[in-house]
Amino acid sequence: MRYETIIGLEVHAQLLTDSKIFCGCSTRFGEGPNSNTCPVCLGMPGVLPVLNRKVVELTIKAALAANCQIVRYSQFSRKNYFYPDLPKGYQISQYELPIARGGYIELEMDHGQSKKKIDLNRIHMEEDAGKLLHELDGVPADHSYVDFNRTGVPLIEIVSEPHINTPEEAGEYLRILRSMLQYLEVCDGNMEQGSFRCDANISLRPKGAPVLGTKVEIKNMNSFRNVMRALEYETGRQSSLLESGEKILQETRLWDVNQGITESMRSKEEAHDYRYFPDPDLVPLVIDDAWIDEIRSTLPELPREKKERFVKEYALPEYDAAILTATRQLADYFEECVRLGPQPKVVSNWIMGDILRHVPDTRDISQFPVTPSHLAEMLLMVDKGTISGKIAKIVFEEMVASGRMPQFIVAEKGLVQVSDEGALEKAIQEVLNANADQVEQYRQGKEKVFGFLVGQVMKATKGKANPQVVNELLKKMLAG
Amino acid sequence: MKITKHDVEHVARLARLRFSEDQLDLFTDQLNTILTDFDKLQQLDTTGVEPSTHAANLSNAFRDDQIRPSLAGEEALKNAPAHERSCFKVPRIIEG
Repeated sequence: MRYETIIGLEVHAQLLTDSKIFCGCSTRFGEGPNSNTCPVCLGMPGVLPVLNRKVVELTIKAALAANCQIVRYSQFSRKNYFYPDLPKGYQISQYELPIARGGYIELEMDHGQSKKKIDLNRIHMEEDAGKLLHELDGVPADHSYVDFNRTGVPLIEIVSEPHINTPEEAGEYLRILRSMLQYLEVCDGNMEQGSFRCDANISLRPKGAPVLGTKVEIKNMNSFRNVMRALEYETGRQSSLLESGEKILQETRLWDVNQGITESMRSKEEAHDYRYFPDPDLVPLVIDDAWIDEIRSTLPELPREKKERFVKEYALPEYDAAILTATRQLADYFEECVRLGPQPKVVSNWIMGDILRHVPDTRDISQFPVTPSHLAEMLLMVDKGTISGKIAKIVFEEMVASGRMPQFIVAEKGLVQVSDEGALEKAIQEVLNANADQVEQYRQGKEKVFGFLVGQVMKATKGKANPQVVNELLKKMLAG
Repeated sequence: MKITKHDVEHVARLARLRFSEDQLDLFTDQLNTILTDFDKLQQLDTTGVEPSTHAANLSNAFRDDQIRPSLAGEEALKNAPAHERSCFKVPRIIEG
Protein backbone atom coordinates (compact mmCIF):
# COMPACT_ATOMS: atom_id res chain seq x y z
CA MET A 1 0.00 0.00 0.00
CA ARG A 2 1.20 3.52 -0.67
CA TYR A 3 1.06 5.94 2.20
CA GLU A 4 0.93 9.68 2.44
CA THR A 5 2.99 11.31 5.19
CA ILE A 6 1.38 14.16 7.11
CA ILE A 7 3.67 16.39 9.15
CA GLY A 8 2.98 19.40 11.35
CA LEU A 9 5.78 21.32 13.04
CA GLU A 10 5.90 23.26 16.29
CA VAL A 11 8.79 25.67 16.44
CA HIS A 12 9.90 27.39 19.63
CA ALA A 13 11.93 30.50 18.93
CA GLN A 14 13.62 32.51 21.66
CA LEU A 15 12.97 36.23 21.30
CA LEU A 16 15.93 38.61 21.29
CA THR A 17 15.15 40.61 24.39
CA ASP A 18 17.59 41.72 27.08
CA SER A 19 15.32 40.75 29.96
CA LYS A 20 12.91 37.88 30.61
CA ILE A 21 9.24 37.91 29.67
CA PHE A 22 7.76 38.65 33.12
CA CYS A 23 10.71 39.94 35.20
CA GLY A 24 13.89 41.99 34.84
CA CYS A 25 16.37 39.08 34.95
CA SER A 26 18.86 38.86 32.09
CA THR A 27 18.27 36.39 29.26
CA ARG A 28 22.00 35.94 28.65
CA PHE A 29 23.08 32.41 27.73
CA GLY A 30 25.95 30.64 29.48
CA GLU A 31 25.94 32.43 32.86
CA GLY A 32 26.60 30.60 36.14
CA PRO A 33 23.68 28.36 37.22
CA ASN A 34 20.79 30.25 38.84
CA SER A 35 22.58 33.60 38.65
CA ASN A 36 19.83 35.11 36.46
CA THR A 37 16.93 34.38 38.78
CA CYS A 38 14.61 36.36 41.04
CA PRO A 39 11.49 35.69 43.10
CA VAL A 40 9.27 36.09 39.99
CA CYS A 41 10.97 33.53 37.74
CA LEU A 42 11.61 31.21 40.70
CA GLY A 43 7.86 31.13 41.34
CA MET A 44 7.98 32.44 44.91
CA PRO A 45 4.58 33.02 46.53
CA GLY A 46 3.10 36.50 46.29
CA VAL A 47 5.00 37.76 43.27
CA LEU A 48 3.38 39.32 40.23
CA PRO A 49 4.55 38.85 36.63
CA VAL A 50 4.60 41.98 34.43
CA LEU A 51 4.73 41.56 30.65
CA ASN A 52 7.79 42.81 28.75
CA ARG A 53 6.50 45.15 26.02
CA LYS A 54 9.28 44.17 23.63
CA VAL A 55 8.11 40.54 23.72
CA VAL A 56 4.79 41.67 22.29
CA GLU A 57 6.45 43.86 19.67
CA LEU A 58 8.80 41.12 18.45
CA THR A 59 5.93 38.64 18.33
CA ILE A 60 3.78 41.00 16.26
CA LYS A 61 6.76 41.58 13.95
CA ALA A 62 7.19 37.83 13.37
CA ALA A 63 3.44 37.36 12.96
CA LEU A 64 3.17 40.14 10.35
CA ALA A 65 6.10 38.71 8.40
CA ALA A 66 4.41 35.28 8.45
CA ASN A 67 1.20 36.81 7.08
CA CYS A 68 -0.76 36.10 10.28
CA GLN A 69 -3.81 37.92 11.56
CA ILE A 70 -3.02 39.78 14.76
CA VAL A 71 -5.66 38.98 17.36
CA ARG A 72 -6.88 42.24 18.89
CA TYR A 73 -7.70 40.77 22.29
CA SER A 74 -5.46 38.08 23.65
CA GLN A 75 -4.77 36.55 27.03
CA PHE A 76 -2.21 34.45 28.86
CA SER A 77 -3.14 31.08 30.33
CA ARG A 78 -1.62 28.71 32.83
CA LYS A 79 -0.55 25.32 31.55
CA ASN A 80 -0.43 23.13 34.62
CA TYR A 81 1.98 20.25 35.11
CA PHE A 82 4.64 19.17 37.54
CA TYR A 83 8.23 18.85 36.47
CA PRO A 84 11.35 20.06 38.29
CA ASP A 85 12.27 22.52 35.51
CA LEU A 86 9.03 24.42 36.14
CA PRO A 87 9.16 26.15 39.53
CA LYS A 88 5.58 27.47 39.65
CA GLY A 89 3.91 24.16 38.74
CA TYR A 90 2.55 25.86 35.62
CA GLN A 91 3.94 27.48 32.52
CA ILE A 92 2.52 30.84 31.48
CA SER A 93 1.49 30.41 27.86
CA GLN A 94 -1.39 31.35 25.58
CA TYR A 95 -4.17 28.93 24.80
CA GLU A 96 -7.65 29.99 23.75
CA LEU A 97 -6.68 33.53 22.80
CA PRO A 98 -3.23 33.51 21.17
CA ILE A 99 -1.79 36.76 19.82
CA ALA A 100 -1.78 35.61 16.18
CA ARG A 101 -3.71 33.17 14.01
CA GLY A 102 -3.46 31.89 10.48
CA GLY A 103 -0.70 32.99 8.16
CA TYR A 104 1.60 30.91 6.00
CA ILE A 105 5.18 30.19 5.01
CA GLU A 106 5.81 29.70 1.31
CA LEU A 107 8.27 26.96 0.35
CA GLU A 108 10.24 26.85 -2.86
CA MET A 109 11.03 23.24 -3.71
CA ASP A 110 13.15 21.79 -6.53
CA HIS A 111 15.35 24.87 -6.75
CA GLY A 112 12.42 27.24 -7.09
CA GLN A 113 10.60 25.11 -9.67
CA SER A 114 7.58 24.52 -7.45
CA LYS A 115 6.02 26.58 -4.68
CA LYS A 116 3.93 25.40 -1.79
CA LYS A 117 2.22 27.35 0.97
CA ILE A 118 2.36 25.82 4.45
CA ASP A 119 -0.48 27.32 6.45
CA LEU A 120 0.10 28.29 10.04
CA ASN A 121 -2.38 27.58 12.78
CA ARG A 122 -1.16 30.16 15.29
CA ILE A 123 1.72 31.99 16.91
CA HIS A 124 1.65 32.46 20.65
CA MET A 125 3.91 33.80 23.39
CA GLU A 126 5.10 31.78 26.36
CA GLU A 127 7.86 31.48 28.93
CA ASP A 128 10.65 28.93 28.69
CA ALA A 129 11.28 26.34 31.41
CA GLY A 130 14.56 25.74 33.27
CA LYS A 131 17.33 23.35 32.40
CA LEU A 132 17.85 19.95 33.98
CA LEU A 133 21.26 18.38 34.28
CA HIS A 134 21.54 14.64 34.82
CA GLU A 135 25.31 14.41 34.81
CA LEU A 136 28.10 15.81 36.93
CA ASP A 137 31.49 16.15 35.26
CA GLY A 138 30.26 14.04 32.36
CA VAL A 139 29.19 11.14 34.58
CA PRO A 140 25.53 10.23 35.17
CA ALA A 141 24.61 11.48 38.63
CA ASP A 142 22.25 9.92 41.16
CA HIS A 143 20.36 13.20 41.40
CA SER A 144 19.17 15.75 38.87
CA TYR A 145 20.29 19.37 39.04
CA VAL A 146 18.18 22.37 38.11
CA ASP A 147 19.33 25.68 36.63
CA PHE A 148 16.52 28.24 36.39
CA ASN A 149 18.39 30.82 34.29
CA ARG A 150 16.32 29.90 31.24
CA THR A 151 13.06 29.96 33.19
CA GLY A 152 11.00 32.91 31.99
CA VAL A 153 13.03 33.53 28.86
CA PRO A 154 10.52 34.69 26.21
CA LEU A 155 9.55 32.28 23.43
CA ILE A 156 7.15 32.29 20.56
CA GLU A 157 5.64 29.02 19.48
CA ILE A 158 4.86 28.84 15.78
CA VAL A 159 2.43 26.04 15.02
CA SER A 160 1.98 24.87 11.44
CA GLU A 161 -1.05 23.09 10.06
CA PRO A 162 -0.33 19.46 9.09
CA HIS A 163 0.38 20.48 5.50
CA ILE A 164 3.95 19.21 5.23
CA ASN A 165 4.36 15.94 3.33
CA THR A 166 8.06 15.10 3.22
CA PRO A 167 11.16 15.47 5.40
CA GLU A 168 12.60 17.74 2.68
CA GLU A 169 9.62 20.08 2.94
CA ALA A 170 10.04 20.10 6.72
CA GLY A 171 13.70 21.05 6.31
CA GLU A 172 12.86 23.80 3.84
CA TYR A 173 10.08 25.14 6.09
CA LEU A 174 12.50 25.38 9.00
CA ARG A 175 15.21 27.04 6.92
CA ILE A 176 12.82 29.67 5.59
CA LEU A 177 11.28 30.31 8.98
CA ARG A 178 14.63 30.63 10.71
CA SER A 179 16.06 32.91 8.06
CA MET A 180 12.95 35.09 8.30
CA LEU A 181 13.22 35.39 12.09
CA GLN A 182 16.92 36.21 11.80
CA TYR A 183 16.26 38.91 9.20
CA LEU A 184 13.64 40.38 11.50
CA GLU A 185 16.10 40.29 14.41
CA VAL A 186 13.40 38.52 16.38
CA CYS A 187 15.47 35.39 17.12
CA ASP A 188 19.13 34.46 16.64
CA GLY A 189 18.15 31.03 15.33
CA ASN A 190 20.89 29.17 17.18
CA MET A 191 19.79 25.53 17.34
CA GLU A 192 22.70 24.27 19.46
CA GLN A 193 22.02 26.80 22.19
CA GLY A 194 18.34 25.97 21.94
CA SER A 195 17.11 29.36 20.78
CA PHE A 196 15.37 27.71 17.79
CA ARG A 197 13.81 24.32 18.55
CA CYS A 198 11.44 22.09 16.69
CA ASP A 199 9.01 19.32 17.61
CA ALA A 200 7.18 17.38 14.92
CA ASN A 201 3.83 15.62 14.68
CA ILE A 202 3.77 12.91 12.06
CA SER A 203 1.17 10.44 10.86
CA LEU A 204 0.63 8.23 7.84
CA ARG A 205 -2.54 7.42 5.92
CA PRO A 206 -3.27 5.38 2.83
CA LYS A 207 -2.91 7.65 -0.17
CA GLY A 208 -6.19 9.46 -0.79
CA ALA A 209 -7.79 8.46 2.53
CA PRO A 210 -10.05 11.19 3.92
CA VAL A 211 -9.12 10.95 7.61
CA LEU A 212 -5.76 11.45 9.31
CA GLY A 213 -3.95 8.51 10.85
CA THR A 214 -2.82 8.38 14.49
CA LYS A 215 -0.10 10.95 15.07
CA VAL A 216 3.16 10.59 16.91
CA GLU A 217 5.03 13.52 18.40
CA ILE A 218 8.81 13.57 18.01
CA LYS A 219 11.08 15.66 20.21
CA ASN A 220 14.78 16.17 20.81
CA MET A 221 15.95 17.02 17.31
CA ASN A 222 18.59 19.72 17.55
CA SER A 223 19.46 20.39 13.92
CA PHE A 224 17.67 20.62 10.58
CA ARG A 225 19.45 17.48 9.50
CA ASN A 226 18.24 15.61 12.57
CA VAL A 227 14.68 16.79 12.04
CA MET A 228 14.81 15.36 8.52
CA ARG A 229 16.50 12.12 9.61
CA ALA A 230 14.00 11.61 12.44
CA LEU A 231 11.04 12.18 10.10
CA GLU A 232 12.57 9.80 7.57
CA TYR A 233 13.04 7.14 10.23
CA GLU A 234 9.55 7.64 11.66
CA THR A 235 7.94 7.41 8.21
CA GLY A 236 9.65 4.04 7.74
CA ARG A 237 8.72 2.81 11.20
CA GLN A 238 5.06 3.74 10.86
CA SER A 239 4.69 2.34 7.35
CA SER A 240 6.15 -1.03 8.31
CA LEU A 241 3.85 -1.18 11.35
CA LEU A 242 0.85 -0.41 9.14
CA GLU A 243 2.01 -2.92 6.50
CA SER A 244 2.05 -5.68 9.09
CA GLY A 245 -1.45 -4.70 10.25
CA GLU A 246 -0.36 -3.20 13.55
CA LYS A 247 -1.70 -0.03 15.14
CA ILE A 248 0.21 3.20 15.65
CA LEU A 249 0.21 4.32 19.27
CA GLN A 250 -0.43 7.99 19.94
CA GLU A 251 2.67 8.88 21.94
CA THR A 252 5.70 11.09 22.26
CA ARG A 253 8.96 9.69 20.95
CA LEU A 254 12.48 10.99 21.41
CA TRP A 255 15.01 11.13 18.59
CA ASP A 256 18.21 9.31 19.56
CA VAL A 257 20.87 10.96 17.46
CA ASN A 258 23.53 8.32 18.12
CA GLN A 259 21.41 5.33 17.20
CA GLY A 260 19.48 7.19 14.50
CA ILE A 261 16.10 5.98 15.82
CA THR A 262 13.07 7.34 17.70
CA GLU A 263 12.19 5.82 21.05
CA SER A 264 8.99 5.96 23.06
CA MET A 265 9.04 8.24 26.10
CA ARG A 266 6.57 5.86 27.78
CA SER A 267 5.14 8.75 29.78
CA LYS A 268 1.63 8.46 31.12
CA GLU A 269 -0.86 10.13 28.79
CA GLU A 270 -2.45 11.59 31.89
CA ALA A 271 0.46 14.01 32.12
CA HIS A 272 -0.91 15.76 29.02
CA ASP A 273 -4.02 16.91 30.86
CA TYR A 274 -2.84 20.48 31.37
CA ARG A 275 -6.07 22.07 32.71
CA TYR A 276 -5.40 25.43 31.04
CA PHE A 277 -7.15 28.46 32.48
CA PRO A 278 -6.68 32.23 32.05
CA ASP A 279 -3.87 33.49 34.28
CA PRO A 280 -5.46 35.90 36.75
CA ASP A 281 -2.06 37.54 37.37
CA LEU A 282 -1.95 38.95 33.85
CA VAL A 283 -4.46 41.37 32.38
CA PRO A 284 -5.61 40.93 28.77
CA LEU A 285 -3.62 42.28 25.89
CA VAL A 286 -5.39 44.70 23.56
CA ILE A 287 -3.61 45.53 20.32
CA ASP A 288 -4.90 48.39 18.20
CA ASP A 289 -4.29 49.24 14.53
CA ALA A 290 -1.94 52.08 15.35
CA TRP A 291 0.42 49.74 17.16
CA ILE A 292 0.29 47.15 14.38
CA ASP A 293 0.94 49.82 11.71
CA GLU A 294 3.86 51.20 13.68
CA ILE A 295 5.46 47.75 13.85
CA ARG A 296 4.64 47.00 10.21
CA SER A 297 6.58 50.12 9.20
CA THR A 298 9.73 48.67 10.82
CA LEU A 299 9.68 45.40 8.84
CA PRO A 300 12.87 45.00 6.81
CA GLU A 301 13.08 43.53 3.31
CA LEU A 302 12.56 39.80 3.87
CA PRO A 303 14.65 36.98 2.38
CA ARG A 304 12.15 36.12 -0.38
CA GLU A 305 11.77 39.75 -1.54
CA LYS A 306 15.50 40.33 -1.36
CA LYS A 307 16.17 37.19 -3.40
CA GLU A 308 13.74 38.25 -6.12
CA ARG A 309 15.27 41.70 -6.20
CA PHE A 310 18.80 40.25 -6.52
CA VAL A 311 17.71 38.19 -9.53
CA LYS A 312 16.19 41.25 -11.19
CA GLU A 313 18.57 43.99 -10.20
CA TYR A 314 21.88 42.11 -10.55
CA ALA A 315 20.85 39.56 -13.21
CA LEU A 316 21.94 36.71 -10.95
CA PRO A 317 20.77 33.10 -11.26
CA GLU A 318 18.14 32.05 -8.66
CA TYR A 319 20.70 29.73 -7.14
CA ASP A 320 23.18 32.54 -6.47
CA ALA A 321 20.48 34.86 -5.15
CA ALA A 322 19.26 32.21 -2.72
CA ILE A 323 22.72 31.67 -1.27
CA LEU A 324 23.57 35.39 -1.09
CA THR A 325 20.34 36.24 0.73
CA ALA A 326 20.54 33.39 3.23
CA THR A 327 21.50 35.94 5.86
CA ARG A 328 21.00 39.68 5.95
CA GLN A 329 24.70 40.17 6.69
CA LEU A 330 25.86 38.23 3.62
CA ALA A 331 23.37 40.07 1.39
CA ASP A 332 24.66 43.40 2.72
CA TYR A 333 28.26 42.30 2.09
CA PHE A 334 27.42 41.45 -1.51
CA GLU A 335 25.59 44.70 -2.17
CA GLU A 336 28.31 46.82 -0.62
CA CYS A 337 30.93 45.15 -2.79
CA VAL A 338 28.89 45.52 -5.98
CA ARG A 339 28.29 49.19 -5.21
CA LEU A 340 32.07 49.73 -5.47
CA GLY A 341 32.15 48.66 -9.09
CA PRO A 342 32.88 44.99 -9.85
CA GLN A 343 30.52 42.80 -11.91
CA PRO A 344 27.76 41.33 -9.71
CA LYS A 345 28.14 37.79 -11.06
CA VAL A 346 31.90 37.88 -10.45
CA VAL A 347 31.34 39.06 -6.88
CA SER A 348 28.77 36.32 -6.41
CA ASN A 349 31.20 33.65 -7.64
CA TRP A 350 33.89 34.79 -5.24
CA ILE A 351 31.47 34.90 -2.31
CA MET A 352 29.98 31.47 -3.02
CA GLY A 353 33.39 29.90 -3.55
CA ASP A 354 36.32 31.38 -1.70
CA ILE A 355 34.53 33.46 0.92
CA LEU A 356 32.01 30.87 2.10
CA ARG A 357 34.89 28.42 2.45
CA HIS A 358 36.44 30.76 5.01
CA VAL A 359 33.27 31.95 6.74
CA PRO A 360 31.22 29.10 8.22
CA ASP A 361 28.55 31.41 9.72
CA THR A 362 27.86 34.30 7.38
CA ARG A 363 26.21 36.31 10.14
CA ASP A 364 29.79 36.88 11.36
CA ILE A 365 31.02 38.11 7.99
CA SER A 366 31.69 41.60 9.34
CA GLN A 367 34.62 40.06 11.28
CA PHE A 368 36.13 38.54 8.12
CA PRO A 369 39.43 40.29 7.27
CA VAL A 370 38.47 40.62 3.60
CA THR A 371 35.89 43.43 3.61
CA PRO A 372 33.70 44.38 0.64
CA SER A 373 36.23 47.10 -0.26
CA HIS A 374 39.12 44.60 -0.22
CA LEU A 375 37.23 42.28 -2.55
CA ALA A 376 36.00 45.08 -4.82
CA GLU A 377 39.45 46.59 -5.19
CA MET A 378 40.97 43.23 -6.06
CA LEU A 379 38.26 42.42 -8.62
CA LEU A 380 38.71 45.81 -10.24
CA MET A 381 42.42 45.04 -10.59
CA VAL A 382 41.49 41.85 -12.42
CA ASP A 383 39.06 43.81 -14.62
CA LYS A 384 41.78 46.29 -15.56
CA GLY A 385 44.24 43.50 -16.29
CA THR A 386 46.57 44.58 -13.49
CA ILE A 387 46.52 41.07 -12.10
CA SER A 388 45.37 37.79 -13.60
CA GLY A 389 42.49 35.73 -12.24
CA LYS A 390 44.98 33.17 -11.09
CA ILE A 391 47.04 35.71 -9.17
CA ALA A 392 43.82 37.01 -7.64
CA LYS A 393 43.54 33.71 -5.78
CA ILE A 394 46.97 34.31 -4.24
CA VAL A 395 46.10 37.91 -3.38
CA PHE A 396 42.85 36.73 -1.81
CA GLU A 397 44.55 34.22 0.48
CA GLU A 398 47.04 36.90 1.44
CA MET A 399 44.19 39.28 2.32
CA VAL A 400 42.58 36.58 4.47
CA ALA A 401 45.86 36.07 6.30
CA SER A 402 46.88 39.72 6.77
CA GLY A 403 43.80 41.85 6.13
CA ARG A 404 45.94 44.17 3.96
CA MET A 405 44.53 45.95 0.92
CA PRO A 406 45.20 44.21 -2.44
CA GLN A 407 47.19 47.06 -4.01
CA PHE A 408 49.83 46.76 -1.27
CA ILE A 409 49.99 42.99 -1.57
CA VAL A 410 50.32 43.14 -5.35
CA ALA A 411 53.03 45.82 -5.21
CA GLU A 412 54.97 44.20 -2.41
CA LYS A 413 54.97 40.70 -3.88
CA GLY A 414 55.48 41.81 -7.46
CA LEU A 415 52.32 40.15 -8.64
CA VAL A 416 51.46 42.59 -11.42
CA GLN A 417 50.40 40.81 -14.56
CA VAL A 418 52.89 40.76 -17.44
CA SER A 419 51.22 41.84 -20.69
CA ASP A 420 54.35 43.21 -22.30
CA GLU A 421 54.76 41.32 -25.58
CA GLY A 422 58.54 41.55 -25.66
CA ALA A 423 58.95 39.97 -22.24
CA LEU A 424 56.39 37.30 -23.00
CA GLU A 425 57.84 36.45 -26.41
CA LYS A 426 61.12 35.76 -24.70
CA ALA A 427 59.50 33.46 -22.15
CA ILE A 428 57.53 31.67 -24.85
CA GLN A 429 60.60 31.15 -26.99
CA GLU A 430 62.36 29.54 -24.06
CA VAL A 431 59.43 27.20 -23.50
CA LEU A 432 59.34 26.30 -27.18
CA ASN A 433 63.05 25.56 -27.15
CA ALA A 434 62.76 23.36 -24.10
CA ASN A 435 59.81 21.41 -25.49
CA ALA A 436 60.77 20.71 -29.07
CA ASP A 437 58.96 17.36 -29.10
CA GLN A 438 55.62 18.87 -28.12
CA VAL A 439 56.05 21.68 -30.63
CA GLU A 440 56.60 19.07 -33.32
CA GLN A 441 53.45 17.15 -32.20
CA TYR A 442 51.42 20.36 -32.34
CA ARG A 443 52.60 21.14 -35.82
CA GLN A 444 51.53 17.65 -36.88
CA GLY A 445 48.00 18.48 -35.81
CA LYS A 446 47.88 17.37 -32.16
CA GLU A 447 46.19 20.53 -30.92
CA LYS A 448 45.80 19.32 -27.35
CA VAL A 449 49.45 20.11 -26.81
CA PHE A 450 48.61 23.80 -27.01
CA GLY A 451 47.17 23.81 -23.51
CA PHE A 452 50.28 22.11 -22.18
CA LEU A 453 52.48 24.79 -23.71
CA VAL A 454 50.34 27.59 -22.26
CA GLY A 455 50.71 25.92 -18.88
CA GLN A 456 54.47 25.84 -19.25
CA VAL A 457 54.55 29.56 -20.05
CA MET A 458 52.37 30.37 -17.05
CA LYS A 459 54.65 28.26 -14.88
CA ALA A 460 57.75 29.97 -16.21
CA THR A 461 56.23 33.38 -15.44
CA LYS A 462 54.96 32.27 -12.02
CA GLY A 463 51.37 32.80 -13.13
CA LYS A 464 51.89 36.48 -13.83
CA ALA A 465 51.62 36.29 -17.61
CA ASN A 466 48.44 37.67 -19.11
CA PRO A 467 46.84 34.46 -20.40
CA GLN A 468 45.12 36.16 -23.35
CA VAL A 469 48.33 37.70 -24.59
CA VAL A 470 50.12 34.37 -24.11
CA ASN A 471 47.46 32.61 -26.17
CA GLU A 472 47.78 35.03 -29.06
CA LEU A 473 51.55 35.14 -29.07
CA LEU A 474 51.93 31.40 -28.74
CA LYS A 475 49.59 30.76 -31.65
CA LYS A 476 51.49 33.23 -33.79
CA MET A 477 54.89 31.82 -32.86
CA LEU A 478 53.86 28.19 -33.39
CA ALA A 479 52.47 29.08 -36.82
CA GLY A 480 55.56 31.04 -37.72
CA MET B 1 -24.00 13.73 38.21
CA LYS B 2 -21.65 15.82 36.06
CA ILE B 3 -18.53 14.80 37.94
CA THR B 4 -17.77 11.28 39.00
CA LYS B 5 -15.60 10.15 41.86
CA HIS B 6 -13.21 8.93 39.22
CA ASP B 7 -12.84 12.48 37.85
CA VAL B 8 -12.03 13.77 41.31
CA GLU B 9 -9.39 11.07 41.80
CA HIS B 10 -7.88 11.97 38.45
CA VAL B 11 -7.65 15.70 39.15
CA ALA B 12 -6.32 15.00 42.64
CA ARG B 13 -3.58 12.86 41.16
CA LEU B 14 -2.63 15.58 38.69
CA ALA B 15 -2.41 18.04 41.56
CA ARG B 16 -0.40 15.56 43.66
CA LEU B 17 -3.12 15.44 46.35
CA ARG B 18 -4.09 12.31 48.27
CA PHE B 19 -7.62 12.04 49.68
CA SER B 20 -9.45 9.53 51.86
CA GLU B 21 -12.58 7.77 50.52
CA ASP B 22 -14.78 10.08 52.62
CA GLN B 23 -13.06 13.17 51.24
CA LEU B 24 -13.43 11.90 47.67
CA ASP B 25 -17.19 11.46 48.20
CA LEU B 26 -17.49 14.87 49.84
CA PHE B 27 -15.59 16.70 47.06
CA THR B 28 -17.49 14.87 44.34
CA ASP B 29 -20.76 16.12 45.90
CA GLN B 30 -19.45 19.65 46.38
CA LEU B 31 -18.09 19.94 42.85
CA ASN B 32 -21.38 18.72 41.45
CA THR B 33 -23.26 21.34 43.45
CA ILE B 34 -20.96 24.03 42.07
CA LEU B 35 -21.42 22.84 38.51
CA THR B 36 -25.19 22.73 38.97
CA ASP B 37 -25.04 26.38 40.01
CA PHE B 38 -23.05 27.16 36.91
CA ASP B 39 -25.72 25.42 34.85
CA LYS B 40 -28.13 27.97 36.19
CA LEU B 41 -25.79 30.81 35.15
CA GLN B 42 -25.52 29.27 31.71
CA GLN B 43 -29.24 29.87 31.23
CA LEU B 44 -28.69 33.63 31.19
CA ASP B 45 -28.97 35.19 27.75
CA THR B 46 -25.53 36.66 27.06
CA THR B 47 -26.08 37.44 23.41
CA GLY B 48 -24.02 40.50 22.48
CA VAL B 49 -21.94 40.38 25.65
CA GLU B 50 -18.18 40.02 25.07
CA PRO B 51 -16.71 37.05 26.93
CA SER B 52 -14.43 38.23 29.72
CA THR B 53 -11.22 36.54 30.74
CA HIS B 54 -10.31 38.75 33.66
CA ALA B 55 -12.11 40.26 36.63
CA ALA B 56 -10.20 43.57 36.60
CA ASN B 57 -11.26 46.00 33.91
CA LEU B 58 -7.67 46.62 32.81
CA SER B 59 -5.49 45.80 29.85
CA ASN B 60 -1.90 46.16 28.63
CA ALA B 61 0.14 46.33 31.82
CA PHE B 62 3.71 46.41 30.51
CA ARG B 63 7.27 46.85 31.66
CA ASP B 64 10.14 48.03 29.46
CA ASP B 65 12.80 45.59 28.33
CA GLN B 66 15.34 46.54 30.96
CA ILE B 67 17.55 44.25 32.99
CA ARG B 68 17.17 44.57 36.73
CA PRO B 69 19.43 42.95 39.29
CA SER B 70 18.78 39.27 39.93
CA LEU B 71 19.19 37.70 43.35
CA ALA B 72 22.77 38.06 44.52
CA GLY B 73 25.16 35.14 44.87
CA GLU B 74 23.48 31.96 45.98
CA GLU B 75 20.51 33.79 47.52
CA ALA B 76 18.22 31.93 45.13
CA LEU B 77 19.19 28.60 46.66
CA LYS B 78 18.52 29.56 50.27
CA ASN B 79 15.08 27.94 50.48
CA ALA B 80 16.12 24.83 48.59
CA PRO B 81 15.91 21.56 50.52
CA ALA B 82 19.11 20.54 48.75
CA HIS B 83 21.55 22.22 46.42
CA GLU B 84 24.98 21.58 44.96
CA ARG B 85 27.25 23.56 42.63
CA SER B 86 24.80 26.47 42.46
CA CYS B 87 22.03 24.14 41.25
CA PHE B 88 18.84 23.02 42.92
CA LYS B 89 19.26 19.31 43.67
CA VAL B 90 16.23 17.09 43.07
CA PRO B 91 15.56 13.34 42.90
CA ARG B 92 16.88 11.93 39.67
CA ILE B 93 14.48 12.55 36.79
CA ILE B 94 14.73 9.90 34.14
CA GLU B 95 14.32 11.61 30.78
CA GLY B 96 11.53 9.93 28.92
